[in-house]
Amino acid sequence: MSTKNLEQSTSKEVLVPDTEFVARAPISEGRAFMRLLRRDLLASLRYRNDWVNPLFFLLMVVTLFPLGISPDPKTLTMIAPGVLWIAALLSTLLAVDSLFLQDFEDGTLEQLLLAPSSLYLMVVAKVFAHWLVTGLPVALLAPILSIMLNLSGEGLWVLMLTLLLGTPTLALISAIGAALTVGISRGGMLVSLIALPLHVPVLILGTGAVQAVSEGFAYSAHLSLMMAMLALAVVLAPFAIAASLRISLGG
Amino acid sequence: MDHPLIEIQELECVRDHTPLFSSLSFKVEAGTITQIGGENGSGKTSLLRILTGLAPAESGQVLWRGEPIHKKRADYADALTFIGHLPGIKAQLSPLENLRCLAPSADKPDYFHALAEVGLRGYEDSPCYTLSAGQKRRVALARLYLEQRQVWILDEPFTAIDKKGVEKLEALLVSHAEKGGVVILTTHHELKLGAATFQQVLLGRPKAPSADYEH
Repeated sequence: MSTKNLEQSTSKEVLVPDTEFVARAPISEGRAFMRLLRRDLLASLRYRNDWVNPLFFLLMVVTLFPLGISPDPKTLTMIAPGVLWIAALLSTLLAVDSLFLQDFEDGTLEQLLLAPSSLYLMVVAKVFAHWLVTGLPVALLAPILSIMLNLSGEGLWVLMLTLLLGTPTLALISAIGAALTVGISRGGMLVSLIALPLHVPVLILGTGAVQAVSEGFAYSAHLSLMMAMLALAVVLAPFAIAASLRISLGG
Repeated sequence: MDHPLIEIQELECVRDHTPLFSSLSFKVEAGTITQIGGENGSGKTSLLRILTGLAPAESGQVLWRGEPIHKKRADYADALTFIGHLPGIKAQLSPLENLRCLAPSADKPDYFHALAEVGLRGYEDSPCYTLSAGQKRRVALARLYLEQRQVWILDEPFTAIDKKGVEKLEALLVSHAEKGGVVILTTHHELKLGAATFQQVLLGRPKAPSADYEH
């Protein structure tokens, strides 16, 4: 035995009754969810980098592509869905780094793991708040940017729709990577390695839908598949994220 | 109660291939204050993280009312307040906003009361990045007034707290124990705890000569 233990009691055998601590009315899961959502939104809005950086990134990519490839309107129409989707995907990956890292560093993450509320719901709240700040603005800005790339008419709205369906899926998948690497310093590259292969199907369907529209084909199959992916991700990813967080913080 | 509130059985902790402690066993009864002592790097924080269930032990287990804590996670979480090294405070938010999320079960007047108790009256709405280290820790400590949980696990709660604050916190710990609560804490500070039932667990260097543990 290699440990030295000492026990001393200043006043021995003072038996204190094991009084039941009156638990306050247990807080409803919904209230805890809303509180966390509110806190994360507030924190992100006050820390401008969180939501300005992804938008700025998107703007830069979309502005530079016509300069780098060709200002020819036909070429631009052709590459528009791909450019916007890739920019949205990369900006998701850029932003997801901050999802758990700040919480890890200031200790709020360990408090989240110890809270009596279900970690699954708390994770959903966190990713949802993250998407509202980083994914939703990208999806809403995309139609305006796609005018710069000479995409117009129905394609524009389909692009926005695919981004609205796709970015939450991307955020949920990236969050698994972020949760797995949160304890590791400089885990940013690892997140991309883990999440990127899983992003590819979303990317293919998203750009496919817009291309289908511009060529006059039906795009409902693409959208249905994207919705199915989103449904799966919403239900399953939080389990993986919650488990990854427990592993990351246990190390 | 047949079982002690918390029982630590043959706990072993290894960090980065270095054994920190092994065969550590002790009991924590309701109404007691337990101080974990030991040099820097002896595994005090690791032990507390194992006790909260955040970190797994290499071997051995922690029992909560006779059952391993990982099997009783929800019950244990309902009874536990843990304040770690990191205060768990978001710098962009005000103390009030932080507490509303950290202790969501309380009502609005309670938050103001708790912040006044830790000496932060008037700071309710200032962003936490404008507060000093001691004030940030006080925001975290305000949770002790908000949540009526039985088990308090505190990692160096006196760090950065001024003399008056330390006295008040000590009195709070004693009154919590007298109500039947449990306090487990690490500190290098000499505790003046008066009448509260107090035990000390010393974590030694692994190579130090060992003394047998007695209950």
